[in-house]
Amino acid sequence: MKYLALIYSDESDATANPPEGSPEMEAIMQDYFAFGAAGGEAGVVLGGDALLPTPMATSVQVRDGETITTDGPFAETKEQLGGYYLLDCENLDEAIAWAARIPHAALGTVEVRPVIEFEQD
Amino acid sequence: MTPRVEAAVAGVVRQEWSRVVATLTRDLGSLDLAEDAAQEAAETALATWPAQGVPDRPGAWITTVARRRAIDRLRRERVGRHKAELLGRLDERVQGGHDHMDDETAVRDDQLRLIFGCCHPAIRVEDQMALTLRSVAGLTTSEIARAFLIPEPTMAQRLVRAKRKIAGAGIPFVIPPDHELLKRLAVVQGVIYLVFNEGYNASVGDELVRRELCDEAIRLARLLVDLTTDDAESMGLLAMCLLTHSRRDARVSADGDVVLLEDQDRGRWDSGMIDEGMAVLERAYRLGRPGPLQLQAAIAATHARAAEPQDTNWRSIALLYEELVGYRPTAVVRLNHAVAVAMADGADTGLALLADPELAEALETYPYYHAACADLLGRTGALDDARSAYRRAIELTEDAPEIRLLEAKLAALG
Repeated sequence: MKYLALIYSDESDATANPPEGSPEMEAIMQDYFAFGAAGGEAGVVLGGDALLPTPMATSVQVRDGETITTDGPFAETKEQLGGYYLLDCENLDEAIAWAARIPHAALGTVEVRPVIEFEQD
Repeated sequence: MTPRVEAAVAGVVRQEWSRVVATLTRDLGSLDLAEDAAQEAAETALATWPAQGVPDRPGAWITTVARRRAIDRLRRERVGRHKAELLGRLDERVQGGHDHMDDETAVRDDQLRLIFGCCHPAIRVEDQMALTLRSVAGLTTSEIARAFLIPEPTMAQRLVRAKRKIAGAGIPFVIPPDHELLKRLAVVQGVIYLVFNEGYNASVGDELVRRELCDEAIRLARLLVDLTTDDAESMGLLAMCLLTHSRRDARVSADGDVVLLEDQDRGRWDSGMIDEGMAVLERAYRLGRPGPLQLQAAIAATHARAAEPQDTNWRSIALLYEELVGYRPTAVVRLNHAVAVAMADGADTGLALLADPELAEALETYPYYHAACADLLGRTGALDDARSAYRRAIELTEDAPEIRLLEAKLAALG
């Protein structure tokens, strides 16, 4: 089964999101490289990306044929989406075990959401 | 068919239910399909057994009929890749004479898998409770709804939601790996404990099925002890439920009033249940793996040992609560600890613990906190403070019998 691991943390929390280039941030990046490598080798991690923070976000809506764009994320939330991984796992337990190894699981929250797989008939 | 025969047949079906559903869940790979099939087979049983007699192996009978129904249903529906596999496997089981249910170990493993699946942390707790009562204890949706004072369609929706979560999110029916086992067992124990509490909090005026939740919890706890064979905490849970439930006939007066532990007629305590609870706790101790449920059982056992309230070993209870606080440093446990200390060492010592600002703040809206303070304040002669505390407790209580009890205590202060 495929799952999307959505990685959330508080952008304004310096522990969860240390400044770019700082030793703390370097350590977190190292942990992410290690996770990606282990996950790739296990055939579990199919892909993933880190995202620029929500100040860089643009929200798009189309209403009555009009495209409306707004600066920022779709909603103000306590924790914000910072990245994701696409996981291929046997079942939810396996997905949870891998999600728990994502560095921000300890610094924020990882939401594990099943991907809908449309059957080819 | 008389109601008595119907009830007897329903009783047999319910007893076999977890074994049947567990086996079918493994066969069909889906709890939803398993329950539908089991339900159909149960209806056939109800229709035919009263006339033909209950078969020697009722569980195997129901499972076989359920498998046939499942095969029929799958054949009628559009067959996809998975369904062909499934039909193949099922056909084998029905025709090959291979009766999985003869393999006791396999069935017990399936039952454990079922329980762990129903009590998976990814399912919200109230749904875990409903699902366990439906799929493991075999209660009907209607019975569960009435037990929890919830409309039946709401409860039905809850069960649908839970099963959808299992299927949609890929929650597996597996025995957790060793490093997760104790943690996941604690979740199962928690669900059973919540069911027990729900029943324990039911008033005499409530429907019988509500009060019988304690019996269901005990049955589930017994099953867990049986299936896990040497889990001390599961034994602790069973012991605690038995020892607590032993007081059921003494807890309420003829007028439906609450009777506190110290005022209960101990002759009305169920001594058979107490003996059993003590024996189970003893077995748990011998495993040498202490834990919070065993501690709670030990506290209940200490009360059970006292022929009269004045014989209660409060020092022992205080020490047990102190240990329990170590496992569960919650405000309520600390409250109970303080009360035990007061009984062992005097009201002043207890009050000092209750006066802790952090505790007081955490329990500000908890009526039992104020009732406990009031009781101790009354003993030290601080009557005005005691009265205020009782009034605060009354303000915070919604339960009519409990309000009456508190008002009586307030009046007794003079």
